[in-house]
Amino acid sequence: MTNIQLNQNGKLKHFLSIDGLNEPILTEILNTAESFTSMSKQQVKKVPLLRGKTIVNLFFENSTRTRTTFELAATRLSADVLSLNIATSATSKGESLLDTIHNLEAMHVDMFVVRHAISGAGHFIAQNTAPHISVINAGDGQHAHPTQAMLDMFTIRQYKQDFKPLKVAIIGDILHSRVARSQIQALNVLGVKEIRVIAPKTLLPSHVESLGVVVYNNLEEGLAGVDVVIMLRLQKERMTAALLPSEREYFKCFGLTEARLKLAKPDAIVMHPGPINRGVEMESSIADGPQSVILQQVSNGIAVRMAIMSLTMQHNGVAQ
Amino acid sequence: MTDNTLEIPLLLTKLEANLRQQIKQRKLINPIMIGVHSGGAWVAEHLHQQLAIEEPLGLMDISFYRDDFSQCGMNPQVKPCQLPAHMEGRDIILIDDVFYTGRTVRAGLNEIFDYGRPNQVVLGVLIERDGRQVPLQPDCSGCSITLPPGQRIKLTGPAPLGIHIQSFPTESDD
Amino acid sequence: MSKIHISNGHIIDPANNIDKTGSVYLADGKIVAVHTSETNGFDFTADKTIDASSQFVSPGFIDLSVRLRDPGQSYKGTLLSETSAAAAAGVTSLCLPPDTRPVIDTQAVVELIHDKAEKAHYNNVFPIAALTQGLAGSELSSMYALKEAGCIAVSNADVPFSSLLVLRRAMEYACSHDLLVIYHPDIPSLSNNGCANEGAFATRYGLPSIPEASESIAVAQCLELAELTGCRLHFSQISSKRSAIKIQQAKKYGLKVSADVAIHQLHLTENDIEPFNSAYHVLPPFRTDKDKLQLRESLANGTINAICSDHQPHDLDAKLGAFPETEPGVSSLETLLPLMLKLVKDNAITLSQGVAALTYKPARILNIQSGSLSSGLPADLCIFDTEQHWEISQDNWKSAGRNTPYWGETMKGRVTKTIQAGKIIHSL
Repeated sequence: MTNIQLNQNGKLKHFLSIDGLNEPILTEILNTAESFTSMSKQQVKKVPLLRGKTIVNLFFENSTRTRTTFELAATRLSADVLSLNIATSATSKGESLLDTIHNLEAMHVDMFVVRHAISGAGHFIAQNTAPHISVINAGDGQHAHPTQAMLDMFTIRQYKQDFKPLKVAIIGDILHSRVARSQIQALNVLGVKEIRVIAPKTLLPSHVESLGVVVYNNLEEGLAGVDVVIMLRLQKERMTAALLPSEREYFKCFGLTEARLKLAKPDAIVMHPGPINRGVEMESSIADGPQSVILQQVSNGIAVRMAIMSLTMQHNGVAQ
Repeated sequence: MTDNTLEIPLLLTKLEANLRQQIKQRKLINPIMIGVHSGGAWVAEHLHQQLAIEEPLGLMDISFYRDDFSQCGMNPQVKPCQLPAHMEGRDIILIDDVFYTGRTVRAGLNEIFDYGRPNQVVLGVLIERDGRQVPLQPDCSGCSITLPPGQRIKLTGPAPLGIHIQSFPTESDD
Repeated sequence: MSKIHISNGHIIDPANNIDKTGSVYLADGKIVAVHTSETNGFDFTADKTIDASSQFVSPGFIDLSVRLRDPGQSYKGTLLSETSAAAAAGVTSLCLPPDTRPVIDTQAVVELIHDKAEKAHYNNVFPIAALTQGLAGSELSSMYALKEAGCIAVSNADVPFSSLLVLRRAMEYACSHDLLVIYHPDIPSLSNNGCANEGAFATRYGLPSIPEASESIAVAQCLELAELTGCRLHFSQISSKRSAIKIQQAKKYGLKVSADVAIHQLHLTENDIEPFNSAYHVLPPFRTDKDKLQLRESLANGTINAICSDHQPHDLDAKLGAFPETEPGVSSLETLLPLMLKLVKDNAITLSQGVAALTYKPARILNIQSGSLSSGLPADLCIFDTEQHWEISQDNWKSAGRNTPYWGETMKGRVTKTIQAGKIIHSL
C-alpha cells in the first residue's frame, strides 16, 4: 500500500487510501488545506498552482455532490477539468476499464479522480496508468473514501484542535461504509484516544475490532462521554435484504435524538458525510442544531481536496 | 560590499526616505501597503508605522503564485493572506526584503492583479542586489549591492531584524 | 518398446514402503522391478540408462484437479500447453473437471478430449463427468454412458445445485453405478459472490467476503447425504478448519469419504495477500493461519488424503481489473513439487507423506492401478532434484497461464524427468 501511493522520495503521488500513510503525511494534508481555506475566504478564489494541468473526474458511480466538489477544487487550482460519468452495469461490459484509461491518457491528462463501485478500482488504475499520472480515489466499493476522511479530520481539528484526547463514535452502517473505514484509519494514525463503532451486529463487518475500534451494540452506552459523533448514512441502495427490519426500527435503536446527544460531552460535535436521511439517522433538529458541523464539513471539502490534488501533483514535472 | 554597510536601521531610514519621495512624485492617494511574507512583511510593518499609512497593512504569501511548482513542489507552511477586499483602482505600495531575480515580485504582481486592477504599484525593497532574471526593478530601495557568485542574502526576524549572507553551491531562486 | 534402467536414484514409493537408493527397471511401458541394496542383483539389459544420482525417483504424480481449458477456452490454455506443463510438473495422470465448454456431459465431449490427448501425446487425461446436465444443477447427466466412455468420477465442478433433493438424487444415481462423487462444497447464498475470506483482511480492504461457514455447511450437508445414499464421496479443495474437522469426524464415524486440498492453500493465508493483487484471487479464498495449520495437520494425519494442484490457468485479461472483478484461480501445476517440498521443509509432513499424497492416495481415491512402483503397473515416474533452484519466469514456464502469486520468485526443487508409460515426456 505504501509503495504505490508514495514516490521514491516518500512524497504523495497517488491518494488511494489512508492505509499505509503516516501521521506526517496526514498532517501535511491538513496544514495545506488550512492555507487553502484562508484563501477561499478571499474574493478571488483561484490560484494558478495547477494551471495547464488536465484533471479527469472518472465517475463510474453517480454522485453529484462529490463530483462537483472535485470539479470546484480543480477549477480553483486553475486546472482544466473533464468530468466523465460512466454508467457501469454488470451485464453490459462495454469498454474495459483499462481501455477507458488508456484512451484518456492518449489525450495527455495529468490526473484521474476515480469513483467506482468495486473495491480496489483505484489501486488497479494507479498501477496500470502512465507513470506521470496521479490517481485520487473518490470512493471505491466498500474499501476507501480517503478524501472524505481527510475533510472529516480537518473539521475535527478545526473544532477540537488536539486529536490525542478525543473519543470518537461512528454510528451506522459500518459494514458497507468506505467512509467509515477511511475515517477509522485516519483517526488511528492521528492518535485519538478511542474510536467506538456503534451499530447492530448485521451492520458490522467481521473482525471489525482488528481495525482498531471498540464495538458497541447499544447507542446510549456508546455515546457516553464522546467528543465527536459521526453519523453514517443508512445506505439503502447497498443494503441487501435482511440486514435491518425497517428504517423505523433503526431510528428507534440507533437514531440520534436530542436526548441521546446529551449523553455525549456538552461540547461534542455532530458530523455526517451526507446526504442525511432526516428522521432515520438523526432528528432534524440536530442536523440544524448548534452542535452540527455538517455544513462546515462541506465547505472544508473543497480546501481539503485542493490540498490533496496539489500535493499529489507537486512532483509531476520532476524526473524521478 | 562588506557587512558593515548593511545596517538595518540605516537601510530602513533610507528606504523610508525614498518611499516618501515616491509617494509624492507618483501622487499616491491613500495607498495600500502590502508586505510579502516573511521578510517583506517585517519591513512593511515598520514602514507602515513610520509612514503613518491609514489603510491597514496588507500581507501576502506568494507561494501559490510561484513559477517553480513543478520543480520544487508545495511550500509546507503557507502563511495566511491578509488583503483588503477591494483593490480595484487603488494605489499599492509593495514591500519586500530582497530584490534578486525578480520572480517574487512577478508572482506578487500576478496575485495583486488577480484581486483587481490597481491604479499603480510602487515597489520598495530593503536591499536590491544583482542577479536580475526578469525585466523588473524596484522603484526605491534601502541600498543597492553586488554579491560574489554563489552567495545569497536574507533577512532574519521578526525581532531583532538581522541580515544573513549564505553561500550556496548552485543558484537558487528567491 | 525400450528397456530403461533408472540407476542410483533415491527411490520414494510410499505405497510399497520404499525410501532408499536403488534402481528401477522399466520395459514395454511397464514397471518391471525396483531393486534397492537389500534385494538381489537383477539381470537386465537396458536400452537406456538414466542416472538419477543425487535425485529422487517416485511414481508419477496423480493430480485430482487440472483445468486444461480445452475444449472451449483456448485463450486461457490448450490441452497441448497444459499437459506440457503437467509433464514438466511430474504429473503423469490428471483429472479434468467437467466445466469445459462444452461441459463433459456427453460421450462426444469425452471422445473429443481423448482425441486431443492422443494428439498431444499425453496419456492419462481422466475426464470427470458432470453430475447434472450442462452443470445446470437440476437434471441428472447420463452418468452410466459417461462412465462407459471413460469418465473416472462425477462432479459438480464448482457449480451449485438447485436443491438438496437434486444433490441427493444425483448422489444416489452415481452410487448405483459405483461412481465416485467429487463435490466442491459451497453454499452460494452464503458465499454471495465474495472474493476473500470473511475476516480481518476483507474487512480492512472492503472486499465482498466468504464466511468459512459457506464451505463447512456444504460439507456437513453432503456428509449427511453421503450417509443417506451410501455413495463414495470426495471433497475437492477444502480450505477451512471447520470443514477438515467435520471430515475427520465423518471418517471416524465410518463414512466412505475422502478429501483433497490445493497445494497453495497449504502455504498462503489472507495475511499473505498483496492487497488488490489479483494473482491472489482464488476460490475458495485464502483463509487464516488457524485454517492453514489445521489443513497441514489434517494432511499429516490422513483426514485430507491428497494434495492437488487445482490448476487454473488464465489469460492476462482475466486478471486485469479491480480485484473482485478478476477471475479467480492460480496456474499451479509447475509449483506443485517445490511447494510440496516446502511443506516437508516446514516439518508439516515427511517427504514420504508428501509423495503419497500425490501418488498412491489419489490413485486409491480414483480406484486406478497407478501411483506406485509395483511390478506390472504402468511405467509412470518422475525424477526430481530437491536442491535445484529455478526462477519462475517465461523461460521456465510451460503453462499458458502466468497467473501465480509466485511469478518471478525462485523455487527450490524441480522435476528433471517425467516418464509416462515408459516414454520420457519431459526432460530438462
